[in-house]
Amino acid sequence: MDKPIVDIKDPVLRIENLHVSYDGIKNSVTDVSASVKKHAITAIMGPSGCGKSTLLRAINRMHDLYPQIKTTGKIFLNGDDISSISNIVLRRKIGMVFQRPNPFPTMSIYDNVIAGYKLNGFSLKKHERDEIVEKSLTDVSLWNEVKDALNKKGTFLSGGQQQRLCIARALAFQPDVILLDEPTSALDPIATAKIEDLLLELKDKYSIVLVTHNMAQAARISNFSMFMYLGELVEYGRTKDMFTKPVDKRTEEYLTGKFG
Amino acid sequence: MTDIIKTGNIRAAKNKAFAWIVAILSFITIFPIVLIISKLIINGYKQINLAFFTQVGPDTMEAMTAVSGGHVIPGGILNGIAGTLLMVLLASVMAIPLGVIIGVYLYENTTKRYAAVVRDVSDVMQGVPSIVLGLISYLWVVKHVTHGYSALAGASALGIMMLPLIIRSTEETLKMIPVSIKEAGFALGVPYHKIILRVLIPTGFSGLSTGILLAISRVIGETAPLMLTALGSRMVNLNIEQPTSAVPLLIWEFYNDPNMVDLIWSSSLFLMGFVLTLNIISKRIAAKSKK
Ligand SMILES: Nc1ncnc2c1ncn2[C@@H]1O[C@H](COP(=O)(O)OP(=O)(O)O)[C@@H](O)[C@H]1O
Ligand SMILES: [Mg+2]
Repeated sequence: MDKPIVDIKDPVLRIENLHVSYDGIKNSVTDVSASVKKHAITAIMGPSGCGKSTLLRAINRMHDLYPQIKTTGKIFLNGDDISSISNIVLRRKIGMVFQRPNPFPTMSIYDNVIAGYKLNGFSLKKHERDEIVEKSLTDVSLWNEVKDALNKKGTFLSGGQQQRLCIARALAFQPDVILLDEPTSALDPIATAKIEDLLLELKDKYSIVLVTHNMAQAARISNFSMFMYLGELVEYGRTKDMFTKPVDKRTEEYLTGKFG
Repeated sequence: MTDIIKTGNIRAAKNKAFAWIVAILSFITIFPIVLIISKLIINGYKQINLAFFTQVGPDTMEAMTAVSGGHVIPGGILNGIAGTLLMVLLASVMAIPLGVIIGVYLYENTTKRYAAVVRDVSDVMQGVPSIVLGLISYLWVVKHVTHGYSALAGASALGIMMLPLIIRSTEETLKMIPVSIKEAGFALGVPYHKIILRVLIPTGFSGLSTGILLAISRVIGETAPLMLTALGSRMVNLNIEQPTSAVPLLIWEFYNDPNMVDLIWSSSLFLMGFVLTLNIISKRIAAKSKK
C-alpha cells in the first residue's frame, strides 16, 4: 500500500529512507522519506516517543555528537547531500531551537546572538556585529525590549524572551532552514502566542520545521503536517487536509484524541 | 477519637524528643571545634604582629631570652608563609591544568573502559595516606630530579594530592551543566574542543574554582609529605631546587623546641584562618553561581 505522503516540488529538504537507531537494535526512526517545502511551516506531530525529535535532529546531523547513534539514509539540503557538507557550513544553513530555552549562561544577550560567529572564530568588524545583533533581535521582535540591556546576561530574560533570543541566535547566520523542537512547551500561553506569531512572520524568509506535541498549534500555524507513530512517518500532507480528512486510521485516531 | 488524640500526642512527644536529640548531638559536634578555635585565639593572638609576617623565626637563644623575660618571642614565620605559598603555587601549576584536562576527558568518555580505570585510580589516590605520596615524591623528585630536598619535591607531593580532587570536581561540575547548553553550541557548528573551552568551562567556572580552592585548602596544612620532601629551611627560600620551609613544618619545629611553644599557637591560628578564608571564598563562589 502506498503511504499517503505529499509530493513537494523544488523542496528545501529531501529525506530518503532515513533510519535512526540509538542502540543499533531498535529503530527510533524507521524508513522515513519526505520532502519539505520552502518558505512554509512544516509541523511534525505524534505521540510522545514516536521519534519526532530523533527525525528533526537527523536533519542538522546533531546525532554526530553521539557516536553510538546509527543513522542510515540520505538527506539533501537544496539538492546537496548533507553528509558531504562540513558541520560549520551545514549548521550555518540549518539553525536549531530547542525545547527549553538554552541561552549560553555566561554570555550577554549581545554575545548570545553573535555566538555562532564568535565561537567559530569569524572575525567581524564591530559595526557588522552590531548590525547582525540588531537585525536578528528585530526579527524576533525582541530588539525594543532588550536594546538597553544588551550587556545583561541572556538568562536574566523571561522564559519567552529567552526562547526568542535563542531563535535570534539561530537567525544570526541567516539560515535556509530553522528546526524547532517543541519550542513552546516550556512557555506560558502568552509567550507561546508570541512565538507562533513570530514563526508565521519568519516563514516568508525561512523554511521552518516545527516539532510539536500540540495538535492545536500545528493546526494554527503549519502549512504541512507530518504524523509519526512508532518511528514511522504515517501520513504527510497539507495541514488543512490532514485535519479535515485524514487518510490513515492511526492519524484519525490521534487527531480525535484516541491516543497520545 | 481519643485514640487519635493519644497517638497524636505520642507523635508530638516523639518529635520533640527527636528535636532535642538532634540539638544535643550537634552541640557535642560543634563544642570541640569551638574549644579549639578559642584556644588558638587565646594562646595565639599575642604573637601575631607585623614581625610575625615579615621576619623569619628566631633562634633558640633569642626565644629563650624573650620567654624568660616575659616578652613576646621576636621574629615570625615569613620563611614558612613564603614556602607554603611557593609550593602551593607550584603544586597548582602542576595539578590544575592536568586535573581539569583529565576531568574533561572523564566527562566526555563516561563509558570507555580506560576512563573507568582512570576514575577508579583517582578515587583510590584520594584515599592514599599523604605520607605515602610524600615517599613517592621523595623517590622520584628528591632522589632523581633535584638530588636533594627541595620545594619542587614538596610541591610534587602536594600536587599529586590535589590531582584526584580536581579531577573529580571537574567531572562532577561538567556533569551538572545541562546537555542542552552543549547541544546549543553544537547546533551552531562549533567544534567540540571549542565548546569545551569556550562554553562548558566558563559555564562551570564557579564549580571548577570551588573544587580547586577546596583542593588547595586540603593540602595547605599537610606536614608529613613535606618532611620527606621540602624538609624545611631557616631562611626564606624561593629557589625551587632548595630545601624550603612551610607553615605546618614550622609548627612541627616549634613543637620540638620548648622555647617556641607560643609560636605554635599563632602559626596554627594563621593556618586555620587561611584555610577558613579559602573555604568561605569557595562557598561564596558556589552560592553566587546558584542565583
Ligand atoms: N538518547 C537516547 N537514547 C536512547 N533512546 C532514545 C534516546 N532519545 C530518544 N530515544 C528513544 O527513541 C524514541 C524516539 O524518541 P524521541 O525522538 O525523543 O521522541 P519524541 O520527540 O517524538 O517524543 C523513543 O522510544 C525514545 O525512548
Ligand atoms: Mg521530543
